[in-house]
Amino acid sequence: MNNNINVAIIGGGPAGLAAACTLYEQGICDVHIFEREHVLGGVLFQCIHNGFGIHHFKEELTGPEYAERYIQKVNKTDTFVHTDTAVIDLYRENEALTLVLLGSKEGLQVFTARAVILAMGCRERNRGNINIPGSRPAGIMTAGFAQRMVNLEGYLPGKEIIILGSGDIGLIMARRLSLEGVNVQGVVEIQPFPGGLTRNIVQCLNDFHIPLYLSHTISNIFGKQRIDSVEITAIDNQLEPDTKNRFTLPCDTLLLSVGLVPENELSVKAGVILDEATRGPVVDANCMTTVPGIFACGNVLHVHDIVDYVSEEAARAARTAAQFVNKSLTDKDGIRMLAGNLVRYMLPTKVYTGKPTIVSLRPITPVEDIVLYAKRNGEIVYKKKYQKILPSSMIQFELPALSGIEPVEVFFAGEET
Amino acid sequence: MTDTIICTVCPLGCSLIVEHKNKTIQSISGNRCKRGIAYGEQEILDPKRVVTTTVKIDGGIIPMLSVKTSAPVERGKMTEIVRSASQMRLHAPVEIGTVIEKNICSSGADLIATRNVAKISDSAC
Repeated sequence: MNNNINVAIIGGGPAGLAAACTLYEQGICDVHIFEREHVLGGVLFQCIHNGFGIHHFKEELTGPEYAERYIQKVNKTDTFVHTDTAVIDLYRENEALTLVLLGSKEGLQVFTARAVILAMGCRERNRGNINIPGSRPAGIMTAGFAQRMVNLEGYLPGKEIIILGSGDIGLIMARRLSLEGVNVQGVVEIQPFPGGLTRNIVQCLNDFHIPLYLSHTISNIFGKQRIDSVEITAIDNQLEPDTKNRFTLPCDTLLLSVGLVPENELSVKAGVILDEATRGPVVDANCMTTVPGIFACGNVLHVHDIVDYVSEEAARAARTAAQFVNKSLTDKDGIRMLAGNLVRYMLPTKVYTGKPTIVSLRPITPVEDIVLYAKRNGEIVYKKKYQKILPSSMIQFELPALSGIEPVEVFFAGEET
Repeated sequence: MTDTIICTVCPLGCSLIVEHKNKTIQSISGNRCKRGIAYGEQEILDPKRVVTTTVKIDGGIIPMLSVKTSAPVERGKMTEIVRSASQMRLHAPVEIGTVIEKNICSSGADLIATRNVAKISDSAC
């Protein structure tokens, strides 16, 4: 087999699948997907709930249905799919991008590619990331791991469960476990507002009368062999614990739904520079990282709340990767994009003259009745009113084509009079 | 009776205060648009949900098959449907869209497969 290929896609989840479809449509041959699991689809197969695809397919699908649609589409292309194959190293040497692969069927292999699309997704933050004090008994796991146990492997993680963090996976698991007869004692959230979508608060907690403890956190874990209870402490508005206001709840399992981090160990090996806010690669309007020929899309770039946007972003990355392979990607001297008031993060960091660009951002905190501005030299180049902005809802807008090189600042502010 | 529910029509998430008696809505307040009224009525009088769960499957590449109801069902039937699905046992292969049980728990909706599960021998490595 010839190991010099056109495009290597690392990861066969929603981002990798959509990228493969677009590369095929753009007429790029010799595209390979490397997937470390036994099947394509990534996390979607364990997300058995519905609500996927409303934007992209205009109907409500479950995670597995969304995955199957894309897998079917990829199967109709000439993409080479390597499952059970992990990419263990990635580096750039004399213009060529080299991938070192480890597969259960093919063993150790080395490929070189003209372009690489990073689509590795993200992973969950764990107990070690948030430093909860207490003993180290069994029964503490991430919500996504519990989701995999229940939905793919057919085991229940416990009988009496507490969930820390009100991110969507935690909320979805509260409902899933309740329906399977598990007693879900409550969801504990350190912020004064929920981390997940409103729809999930209603359909996953309120429907099952599961209490949500906002402005509370878990301050201690008890248990010898197995966790037997947790101590919950109220948090004041300076995010300091209020030690007079604490109580203990019994449980045999603690699920952590405390955020996701893009999985970029491989990107760093390749010399890709990461953004401190997103923890994903710094990219320009072409989804290209700081290493020429390496593109990024989906949750490895920044954590999305809706898979439809992952697929769209992957299609955009694949279109520019196709231009790179065809040597028609000629953008130079970009326009810098600056994140301003109330913007937690924004990407891309650079757009190019004469091309409209999709900009993605998240606000720092929930605010009602606010205006999003993109301004340049004091002039408004984009403006949109929002009745409510939430950190849990990513905002996307199309920045119109601009000329010149002066930077653009994007920020939230009250209506200008 | 007064119920406070959160509207899920849009991300605003208005708190709706619904006054109702004997399955008749008397008033809805707290909504910021008309769609909130329709949502409040539906949620109080006839709340419906799509149920998703898993069914055991033998001889497949994985031991569980994900399934859903083909349409939203009465909210009160969710637990019964999940319990009924947990008693079933299927054999691979199963194709996405296959009806696993018609009119599950007399809900009016069918239980259908939401993925393909190939036989283990078909894809053994």
